[in-house]
Order: sequence, then structure tokens, then C-alpha cells
Amino acid sequence: MSDPGIRSDEIAVEPDVDGEAVVPDGELEPTSERAGSLWADAWRQLRRKPLFLISAGLIVLMVVIAIWPGLFTSVDPRDCRLENSLLRPSAEHWFGTDLQGCDYYALTIHGARVSISIGILVTIFATLIAIVFGSIAGYYGGVIDSIIARITDIWFAIPVILGGIVILNLFRQRGVLQVSFVLILLGWPTMLRLVRSSVLSAKEMDYVDAARALGIKNARIIRRHILPNSLAPVIVYATITVGVIISAEAALSFLGVGLQLPSISWGLMISEAQNRIRSAPHLLLFPGLFLSVTVFSFILMGDALRDALDPRLR
Amino acid sequence: MVAVAPETLGGLPLDPHAPLLDVKDLKVEFRLDVGTVHAVNGLSYTLHAGETIAILGESGSGKSVSAQAVMGIIDSPPGFVTGGSVRYRGVDLLQLPDSERRLVRGNRIAMIFQDALTALNPVFPVGWQIAEMFRVHRGVSKKQARERAIELMERVKIPSARERIDSYPHEFSGGMRQRVMIALALSLDPEILIADEPTTALDVTVQAQIMNLLAELQADTGMGLILITHDLGVVAEVASSVVVMYAGRAVEKGEIGALYHAPAHPYTIGLMDSIPRHDLHLERLTPIVGSPPDLMAIPSGCAFRTRCPYAQERCVTDVPELEPVGEDRLAACHFWEEVQRDRAGG
Amino acid sequence: MTAPAAERVPSGTGGEVILRVEHLVKHFPITRGIVFKKQIGTVRAVDDVSFELRRGETLGLVGESGCGKTTTARTILRLEEPTSGHAWYQGRDLFEASAAEMRELRREIQVIFQDPYASLNPRMTVGDIIGEGWHAHPEVVPKARRRARIHELLELVGLNPDHINRYPHQFSGGQRQRIGVARALALEPTIIIADEPVSALDVSVQAQVVNLLEDLQAELGLSYLFIAHDLSVVRHICDRVAVMYLGKIVEIGDEYEVYDNVAHPYTEALLSAIPVPDPALRGQRKLILLEGDVPSPANPPSGCRFRTRCWKAQEVCAGEIPELIERGQGHPVACYFPQIEFRSPAD
Repeated sequence: MSDPGIRSDEIAVEPDVDGEAVVPDGELEPTSERAGSLWADAWRQLRRKPLFLISAGLIVLMVVIAIWPGLFTSVDPRDCRLENSLLRPSAEHWFGTDLQGCDYYALTIHGARVSISIGILVTIFATLIAIVFGSIAGYYGGVIDSIIARITDIWFAIPVILGGIVILNLFRQRGVLQVSFVLILLGWPTMLRLVRSSVLSAKEMDYVDAARALGIKNARIIRRHILPNSLAPVIVYATITVGVIISAEAALSFLGVGLQLPSISWGLMISEAQNRIRSAPHLLLFPGLFLSVTVFSFILMGDALRDALDPRLR
Repeated sequence: MVAVAPETLGGLPLDPHAPLLDVKDLKVEFRLDVGTVHAVNGLSYTLHAGETIAILGESGSGKSVSAQAVMGIIDSPPGFVTGGSVRYRGVDLLQLPDSERRLVRGNRIAMIFQDALTALNPVFPVGWQIAEMFRVHRGVSKKQARERAIELMERVKIPSARERIDSYPHEFSGGMRQRVMIALALSLDPEILIADEPTTALDVTVQAQIMNLLAELQADTGMGLILITHDLGVVAEVASSVVVMYAGRAVEKGEIGALYHAPAHPYTIGLMDSIPRHDLHLERLTPIVGSPPDLMAIPSGCAFRTRCPYAQERCVTDVPELEPVGEDRLAACHFWEEVQRDRAGG
Repeated sequence: MTAPAAERVPSGTGGEVILRVEHLVKHFPITRGIVFKKQIGTVRAVDDVSFELRRGETLGLVGESGCGKTTTARTILRLEEPTSGHAWYQGRDLFEASAAEMRELRREIQVIFQDPYASLNPRMTVGDIIGEGWHAHPEVVPKARRRARIHELLELVGLNPDHINRYPHQFSGGQRQRIGVARALALEPTIIIADEPVSALDVSVQAQVVNLLEDLQAELGLSYLFIAHDLSVVRHICDRVAVMYLGKIVEIGDEYEVYDNVAHPYTEALLSAIPVPDPALRGQRKLILLEGDVPSPANPPSGCRFRTRCWKAQEVCAGEIPELIERGQGHPVACYFPQIEFRSPAD
């Protein structure tokens, strides 16, 4: 078998990329469809998973409740009548009432806003800090990395709840911004370590060396090669972090160092419920349920994302 | 518990006159989310004591999966053995319950792998791992097991075996680790050794050492050796017969000298023509066009037709069966006569 | 079959020297400590390597794992910083070039990597991958022509130009290597350093890529530095070959000199270890089995590095390091007791 042309021996009967085989008489056999980028592939995979659909549905529901509580209740949570104190759930008050006589259903619905917004706000900012400093530390290495890594390690040693209590006690006014600030302050080390290790392994890949050999500048290398390939674990962890932060805020508010009245927070509601668990269990049940479901759905979502974004399953 | 491999297996008697291993029409598939991978599609071969069979193929040929099926170490799910039989001295291993199979695995049929670093347990010293085999399967004392382990390490020519018995796998070089793996495999005096690409990851000088060692050990013990490889040179050096695999099936089989001298399948010829030689000056290499097949979508009829210069309409519809093409030789090609003729003439 | 002596075309001559590497040294420090690192040793990966690459030729750098061939390549590309030495390219020392100058020079010296699965960014399209070099070197192809040029390059390497928007994972290993070649060619380099370009490919596909590289060299006048451990592939594609052991070149010459008229004992052992794919020749090769393992590059033997495994070793070998010079073999060899007699290829 001779090869007449320069590369005709390779092209002559070469199967098409998708495995379509071109046989002399022109018959085609398509194989499984695998078109598209890795993100598109991941999306297609996610769409089919019940785990993802359920958690996404719950999250969307909670976010809608947070943004438009009015869609779910027309009752004003602050319209409290003492004579209605501690009523059990009934047709008039679906979740009953609290000590002040406020409609518990309205309170629970309105409590979503604070929890979701703190969860998302803190996660976004902590992630941004982590990405910026984590990629600089991971990519450039050397002294910069040592400094950033050591600061992170020291910071990491500060326990979140304890540290939160101490710092929050310094504030006289504690609203969403103050609590978010403290949680960002305490939450970035874990994220940064994750980004840094992700960047460290992305940096070892041959395609990064290839880009350097082409003469590409560092900033572009980080932007186009390092970050897109190290973000998968960060996305997964950030999603779970939203749940963790919501939980943390509830804990801090429960302990009395988080949000203060008249803020409406599930943590505060649970705090008030703790002395009346036997007599008025509905006080604990409803905010507890909503809190758990919300946190749970973010963690489930993180799980679903991790499976879809795992490059080893390619 | 002392577990000595019985002369019956699963209640059936082992036949001392039957071949060591008789694989017939083996079929293995992997059922994944994205589709089914047909890894092995009807493989057959026979191994006798003292023989070396080479299973030659590239990636996607199914050679490693077939060996794993013989050993019974395929993760199921997603892997499933969907057909065929694997007879060890007449007894079909595939029909046995796992408890019986475990008596054979490691004991009568042993396997060594390509990457010793991942095949050995990194947290235990190598001596411990070898001695463990004796302790568990032969019931000897710790001290005796240790002595046997040192003996074995010396047998596979690991220098300073007594001093190194307590070293960890990562403290050895690649070639030495491979020897440790061989020692582990041989510890229970198996009748069959399956070597899955044992030297692919090693330097060529180390490869020569290891292949030499395997040949010596085989001559000593008279065991049957199944060598899985993609390297035509290694095959030519040690094998008595070879099974050429493509897309999960054997496309050519036979005694090695005859096969190399007069190959009858276009794939075999393609392989031979595409490799360079260090002892000859070749003007140009003749590659096989295209790429190895996607096992989720194997072409109909003859799987090789998409890369075959002899392909015609018949190849699309009819799966070629293995037919005799010479003494003790089989090939699965509709046009093997033409192929052989061209080769002899060209 | 081998050509008789009279017909052998001496290769590697006639072309001008375009890359001259002089006394290249690359040592990696071994450190201990977390915050304040202390150096406790050195890995002498490349220890005084010199060679020349001529225009239009393929020079092979061959050796087993740990010999320093890949480190040599990476250092020339300045993916690692050299410990000392020079690399002269068109009169300029690559190792003295500033970052900006190096960026310019990178256009002319490109690279192909070994692993087809790790050398392409899985999140970029094939078109983007091939054209990325132009972001750093916009003068090579004007923006308006870029898409057309990518199509040309895809065809040049034997791929379907319609696949410009596909992603690497949709291609086979051999096809990905071709994409890597196209990426290297996009900057129209003079030299391509190929670091084990076919080692990770299936046997039947290796030949495709080897043929492609040869054709491109003939068509475009490229010069290759071909790094490999497979001596058969190297013999086929290379005009001249340098054999490395533990960070040094032990022998250098053209394919007939190194393969048929081998002078250094290590090369001899290396060649004898290669199994010949012809059962008729079984048992005929004189197999030299080397004892033990390669010494650690952190602690190489004094004098000739190969002496601990060499059957010819004598006292003088432990003294001064034998230089890579002509010793009557017809090509440079670094050994005090090189092969004396000429062996005809038929032996």
C-alpha cells in the first residue's frame, strides 16, 4: 500500500470526529452526540438528575420567598396583637402566633429574606477575595504565596462561632451588613485554600506550559487557562457555603450576637422558641423546618454540581 | 484458616488433562449513563502449561478487560460478563460463586499490572505484603512467612532483600517495584500468571531485565503465562503464540513465527508496517489510517473496515469469523487469501 | 535495509547552525523547612550539555527516564531557568534575553508536548487553541485573516477544517497531537522542540504523527529537536542523535554512527535491550543486562557517571569525567574505552 500524497494516507478513510465512519460506498453511522463545551455537557447532565432538579426547585422557591414575601402572605408580620399571643396553628393563623401575637407564618416567610441575602452576600464576597488572592498565591508562588498562605493559616485557626461572637459584640447596631461583614471576615480562609490548591494543580498542566511557550502574558494565562479549569471545586464549595453561612447566621442570632430585634430572622425566632418547646412547639418547628430545608437544598445542589463538574468523569 | 486450593472446585473435579485455561466466546460490557461499552465481543483462546500466549492489541482492543474477566476482578456494576466461559482445568470459573472463585484468584491464577505503585499498598512495607499472602493462605507463622518473603524477594533478584524487606513501595525504583509485584504474584505458586502490560511503564533496559526474569521464572515453574501488551517486539521475544485483538475480538491467532512470517489480517499487517525499527533504516512508515474504535459504537460487520484498505460492501454486513488460514492459524477476514497473497508478493 | 557505506548520505551537514547550546547546567535544589527553606542537596538534572542544531535537520535527544532530556528541552524554552550555560540562537543568548525579548524569540522556537490529553486546554475550542499565539504575536497574521489561517493549519495537519469550533475531548489522541502541531506552526517558527510527541499514542497512530512531522519538515524547512526514549522512532525520524545518561550526553552522531557503529557502552546496552519485532531473530541479539538501578541524580557517581553499571569500568573512570570528544570512532563519545572495532550493521 503506497501513499501517494503528503497526508492522504491519514485522510483517506479517516472517521469523522464523532466516530461517523465513512465507508467507500458512503454509508454513515452516527455515534452518541457529544458536541459542546464542558459547561454545556455538565448542564445537559445536570438537567436529567433528580437531585439537581429538586434542590434547584427548593432554592428557587426560597429565593422567590425572600424577594417577594408579599406573594405568599398579605399579613404584616409586625401587626401583632397581644391578645393573640401563643395561638396554635389554625385556619386563621397557619403557623400560629408568637409571644407578641404576631402571625408566625408571616414572620417565617419574611425571615427568609435576611437568611438568603446574608448567605449569598457573604459567599459572593468571600469567594471573590479567595479567587483573587488564592490565584495570585497559587500561580506566582514564592514569597507572595508564603505570605498569603501563612496569613490564611493563622486566620483559619480562628473558630467561626467564637470569633463571630467576640467581634459582633463590638458592634452596637447589628444589621444584615454588620453580620455579613463578620462572616466574610471569618469565611474567606477556607475558600482561599481551596482556590489556591485548585490553581496549584491547574498550573502543572501542560497547556499552561504551552501558553507560556507561546509568549502569552501571565494575566491572560490566569484568566483563560488557570481560572476556568480551577473553578469547578470552587463553585461546588461556594454553593455549599451558602447553606453553611445561613446556618451560621441563624446560630449567631440564636446566641444573641447576630441580628437584633426588630430584624426578622429564623435564628432569632428559634432563640425565642427555646424556652417554650413543650408548651408551644410550633414556635420552634416552623422556622426550624424552613431553615433546615433551605440549608439542605444548597448542600444537595452542591452535591449535584460536584458530580456534573468532575472532569475525571469525562 | 488454611485454604489450600482444592482438587475440586465448586463441587466439580479439576481435570488434570484439560488445558490450564480455556476461554470461549468471552463477552464483557460496561453499562454507563452515556451508553454501553462493548469491551470484549467473543474472545477465545487456550493456554497450556509452560506456554506463553501474548494478547496483542492497542487501546480499546479489550485485552486488559478480558484478563480482568478471567481473574474475576471487574467492577460490577458497571461491568458485566455477558457471555462465554472461562474454564480452568475444565471448570467454568464464570459459573462459580465468588467464594469459590476467591480460592482460585491469587492462588492458582495470579496477575501483575502495569503500574506497580498503584497495585501495591503504599502504607505497608513490601515484606509485610508478601508475607501476608503466606500467613493468610497457607497459615504459616509470622516468622516463617517473613523468611519465605525474603526468599521470594531474592528469587526475583531484588538486591539486599533481607535489608529491604521493611521498605515501602515508594522507596523502590519502578523496576524494583515490578519485581515486588511479581514476587507477590508468585508467592502461592500459581499455575497461571497474567501479566497486563508489565513493562509498558518501564525504561527499555529495565524492561529487558523484567522480561528476562519472567522467562526464567516460567522455565523454573512451568506455569502458563498470558502476556498482554501492545509491543510487537516484546511479543516476538517471548511468546509462543499470539492473539491479535481489535475492538474486543480476536482478529488473528496462531503460532508466532508463522504469524509474523505470513500475516493474514490487514490489522496485523498494518501494525507491523507502522512500527519503526532500531536495527533497520526505513524510508517511510506506513501507518493505519484513522483511530482505534469507539467501543460504544463499534462499526457494523467487521469493526476494522473503517481503516482497512481491503474493505468492501460485504464487510459492512457480515461479521468475519475466525477461519483457518494455515497450520495452527486463524484469521477473521473475508479476504484473507488476497491479503496474504499481496503480502507475500509485495 | 541499511544502505551500503558508499550510498549513505551524510546528514546534518551543509545546513548552518541555528541553535548552539553550550555547557547547559540545570540543578534543582532540594529544600527542607516550611517557612524558611534550607537547601540540603541538589538534583543535577542537566550537567554540562552542549550540542548544535542545524537548519533543516532533526536532532534526537534520547535516553531513559531521569536522564535530563526533558529538562534540557524545558530549559531551552525557558520554562525553567538555567543554572548556567548559554543557548545561542541567531547570535543572541536565549538565557540572557529579557522577558520582552524572550517573548519575541518564542515565536521562533515552539514546542509540542507529550500528553495529548493535558497539552490542550479542555475549555477552549480548537480554533482558539491554535490561534492563541497570535494574541502575543499579532504581527504574524492580521486579524481579518486569522480564521482562514486556522482553516489552513487544520488542513495542513490532516484535520477537517469544519471542526474548528469543537473541543479537545471530542478528538482522539492522535488528532489532539495534530492540534498541538498546528498550534506550534501557527507562529511560523524556525525550530520546533518535540518532547516525546508520540510516546503516549497508540502504535498504529504513532506512525501517522511521525509521517506528519517529516512531511511538515520537508514542506516548511523546519528544524526539530526531538526528545524521546523510543530508540526505534528516533532512528527513523532523526538525522543525528545524542544519547543522554544522568544529565550528560554520552554519545552523539548520525543514525548509522550511533546505531550501527555504536561506541559508548551505555548506548550499546540500550540498543541491545530493545526487543526486535521478528521472532526469527529471537535469541540472536546479544542482550546486555545492566545491573541494578540508575544512580540518583542527586548523588551521581564521580568521574564517568555510567561506571557503576559498566562492565568496562576501571580506575580511571572514577577520576576525571570523560569528555564528549572524537576518540577515533568517527563521532564524539564520552568514554575512555569506547568500542574499538567497526561492526557492520549485519552483526
